[in-house]
Amino acid sequence: MAILVYTEHWDGQFKKSTFELVSYASKLAEMADAQTVALSIGQVDEDNLRQLADYGADKIITVNQANLKYLDNQAYTSVIQQVADQEGADIMVLAHNNTGKALAPRLSARMQAALGSEVNQLPAELDPFVVNKKVFSGKAFANVKLKTDKKVLTLAQNSFGIYENTQEPIIENFEPTLSDEQIKTQVTDVEKHRDKLLLTDAELVVSGGRGMKSPENWDKLNDLANELGAALACSRPVSDEGWRPHEEHTGQTGKIIAPDLYIAAGISGAIQHIAGVSAAKYIVAINNDPDAPIFEMADYGIVGDAMQVLPELTEALRKARS
Amino acid sequence: MKILVCISNVPDTTTKVRFTNDNTQLDTNGIQWVINPWDELALTRALQLKEDKNNSVESVTVIHVGGKESEPTIRKALAIGADDAIRVNAEPTDAYFVASQLAEVIQQHDFDIIFAGIESSDYNGAAVGGMLSEMLGMPSISAVSSFELENDQVRIIREIDGGKETMTSQLPLVVVAQKGIAIEPRIANMRGIMMARKKPLNVVEPAEKDSMVDFVDFELPQAKPPCKMVDPENVQELVDLLQNEAKVI
Repeated sequence: MAILVYTEHWDGQFKKSTFELVSYASKLAEMADAQTVALSIGQVDEDNLRQLADYGADKIITVNQANLKYLDNQAYTSVIQQVADQEGADIMVLAHNNTGKALAPRLSARMQAALGSEVNQLPAELDPFVVNKKVFSGKAFANVKLKTDKKVLTLAQNSFGIYENTQEPIIENFEPTLSDEQIKTQVTDVEKHRDKLLLTDAELVVSGGRGMKSPENWDKLNDLANELGAALACSRPVSDEGWRPHEEHTGQTGKIIAPDLYIAAGISGAIQHIAGVSAAKYIVAINNDPDAPIFEMADYGIVGDAMQVLPELTEALRKARS
Repeated sequence: MKILVCISNVPDTTTKVRFTNDNTQLDTNGIQWVINPWDELALTRALQLKEDKNNSVESVTVIHVGGKESEPTIRKALAIGADDAIRVNAEPTDAYFVASQLAEVIQQHDFDIIFAGIESSDYNGAAVGGMLSEMLGMPSISAVSSFELENDQVRIIREIDGGKETMTSQLPLVVVAQKGIAIEPRIANMRGIMMARKKPLNVVEPAEKDSMVDFVDFELPQAKPPCKMVDPENVQELVDLLQNEAKVI
């Protein structure tokens, strides 16, 4: 019996979210008295691969095949299934990011394995296998029973934590059966946001809403973000107005994030916005309307003009850190 | 070229959710039902493609798995411009069941492009589009934020962590759409609403399919402790709280 965890990498590097995922898989393996097998597709050097064993991977399987350079959902699903079959894996674990959302449902249908999507904790026991997940865009949680022997889980980002559990791993290469004809999608161009802290990875996020009044005022948010080492986000009206790129839109139809700290300036806190940030561990609200709904969600609040408060906050942080 | 858009019927996003029967069922009293926001964006894009005469899109069909009570939502999709609709007459129990029902019907047609929203705003499973593509043995592209047709070839942009990829694909294809595929969902006008009444809404009986998960029960999030207010003249206090109480910086 094994737990198979699909570990995505970015140009050969893993992220903290990968280690969180492996930590989760290895705790699950402990419950099931099973091996934790990590699968990595593409070129990753051995030192980086060994990092997976620091969080509990007993075995690391690598797949290097030229036709797997880019994510093709059908091909990757087939590879994961082939490895799962070889390893006798009953539970497959993926991240609840764009890649995991693309592959997990395919894998579920392919392997007749119930899908527990965006789970936020371990199941209390293995039988019945009940997982907890957010529903109604964060307005409630559901306990979901997975009824089949095999299972696929996607883990909500920043929901579990990272736990060291160093193993001496076996590293093996796997040759999947996969012809070029089976690959039906092609990537023709890649555009990367280089050197930019990714909103969904960020532990600290500084966000602005319509209360920021104009795009020129974003330098005040930017200064604070730079001081904190935070990523920038915004509310929907701001991205719809074109003040900020839509990648920064945080909310129900935008990005769903779970940082340690979310600072919302000039954001009233519409229910759709809250849906995107309710998993933040701490929320700070800065708004000149004391009745803004954001204060019901916030841990700390300042009623005041964001244009004045933001520079003062940046300055206070600078002093506190020097 | 024929386009199909899968639509889900969900509570309006401003709904305050409540549960009944020992927290095992959604309390549907007073809920306004709408087309799932991502499905609505995908439908909007499909209609734009059909209207652009440079393309050869013959028809845009919508499909939905649900009881008769979901017909107003389907009629809304027809009112904003879909040509016809299919309703699979079954209570949707989980994503696998819904995808199985959709696959069963789709196999009897020849759609070139099938759109599904990346998730639904009720159970947030992010599953139906992917499952459906696997059942149909079709390629799928997920997190699609731009979709163009040129001489019946697709040009797609998908969002990846930290960037974007431009893609092409063989058809038929399942396109799993996210925000960006269309900016604003289309709103029905009076003429559209009148016309929708006459458009075909075909009801098909479900195939025998199982679900793979059960929703055991629901819980509401714990109430947050009240917000600690900080004097705007003393932002230093906020820094202290973040450093020493929350310990997040």
